[in-house]
Amino acid sequence: MPVASDDTSAKFAEYAHPEVLVSTDWLAANLHTPGLVIVESDEDVLLYETGHIPNAVKIDWHTDLNDAVTRDYVDGEGFAALLSSKGINRDDTVVIYGDKSNWWAAYALWVFKLFGHEDVRLLDGGRDLWVAEGRELTKDKKAVTASNYPVVERDDSAIRAFRDDVLAHFGNPLIDVRSAEEYSGERTHMPAYPDEGALRGGHIPSAKSVPWAKAAAADQTFKTRSELESVYLAGGAGLKAGDDVIAYCRIGERSSHTWFVLNYLIGLPGVRNYDGSWTEWGSLVRVPITKGEEPGVAPNPIR
Amino acid sequence: MSAHLKVIDELIADFQALSINDRLMLLLEFSENLPALPARYAEHPDLFERVEECQSPIFLFVEVDSLGAAHLFFTAPAEAPTTRGFASILHEALDGVAATDLLDVDDDFPSRLGLSEAVSPLRMNGMRAMLRRIKRQVREKLATT
Repeated sequence: MPVASDDTSAKFAEYAHPEVLVSTDWLAANLHTPGLVIVESDEDVLLYETGHIPNAVKIDWHTDLNDAVTRDYVDGEGFAALLSSKGINRDDTVVIYGDKSNWWAAYALWVFKLFGHEDVRLLDGGRDLWVAEGRELTKDKKAVTASNYPVVERDDSAIRAFRDDVLAHFGNPLIDVRSAEEYSGERTHMPAYPDEGALRGGHIPSAKSVPWAKAAAADQTFKTRSELESVYLAGGAGLKAGDDVIAYCRIGERSSHTWFVLNYLIGLPGVRNYDGSWTEWGSLVRVPITKGEEPGVAPNPIR
Repeated sequence: MSAHLKVIDELIADFQALSINDRLMLLLEFSENLPALPARYAEHPDLFERVEECQSPIFLFVEVDSLGAAHLFFTAPAEAPTTRGFASILHEALDGVAATDLLDVDDDFPSRLGLSEAVSPLRMNGMRAMLRRIKRQVREKLATT
């Protein structure tokens, strides 16, 4: 049974899909609502253990959502086993929150959507806002009764892009959500300082630079719809209704945040997240790269 | 075998003796026990070097005293417990050892703690990077004394 959405916020009501966000007030009032599971998903794998929202379970991007061997997400059986171990049912409402402006929470939400989990929401403002407001944290682990989550085939076709999809996409909008230094390729690495990322610097030709943080307010909540539209639509990045868009960053976490904004808050349904992102593209042999601050010209698409 | 290597072997044995989840809990304990900066360094952020390879901000500084022993200082926010845990393990293993012995420590000993499965191999890069930077600072300090 889906839990009623948070309809208390005038800001949410403006969004294309207001039902995908909940406020800290709403969550505080729904900590024990049946059919609601709260999930914390952080960059820091130990942060949940230092104290978390009461009744929340932890799902870690690296150790839970990624396949342990192949660079890919878990398969249908792995996802079913994970969610069953967290006591999540297929028809439960899931509210995800995390550190770092909800990057990893948005990433987890995106993976839930690859498996078609219907009702997944983000806590607006994430962990930082909950903590800043002085709300309750606990170290007590939720007593979980394992559920029987069904095995659902992962569907990568609608919201996930692979490198060949990017090569075929040229001529359509690409959004690079990394920092300006990463985009230009000017970020240097001092001698003996290893770079965990890619073998080349720069960006995918024709990609526009819109750092993810342009979607976030100072308190880590999402900006209002009209603010977001001025960043991404006419007068900003120039996206428009009907566009096919691919967003990318370094490994796909910051671009999940942007995917969430474009898809649910502004309402552009044709957005895919390229999770291979720069750690793949910047090391691929013979793919085109543009350096500098300008987007550069889109090569001919390769289909 | 010199004393500091024994400490490292003991740390590795401690972690390896635990289940994956308990290794994470031990890392949490380490993070809670990372020593605070002494007052003489708390006011000097300019001395510290940021470890770029860590996703969370952590800064470190190495001092070599007149007897040739290395002293390690770290600062990282409470919101970065994994990074603090890595720093705390390195502090436990390396603080106070002779600088020349510190340079002999295996660059890859963090990989032998058995934490990769608990925190992911990618996150372990941050700890190895800290160790490399500590050694580089020690080399620089030895070269100027």
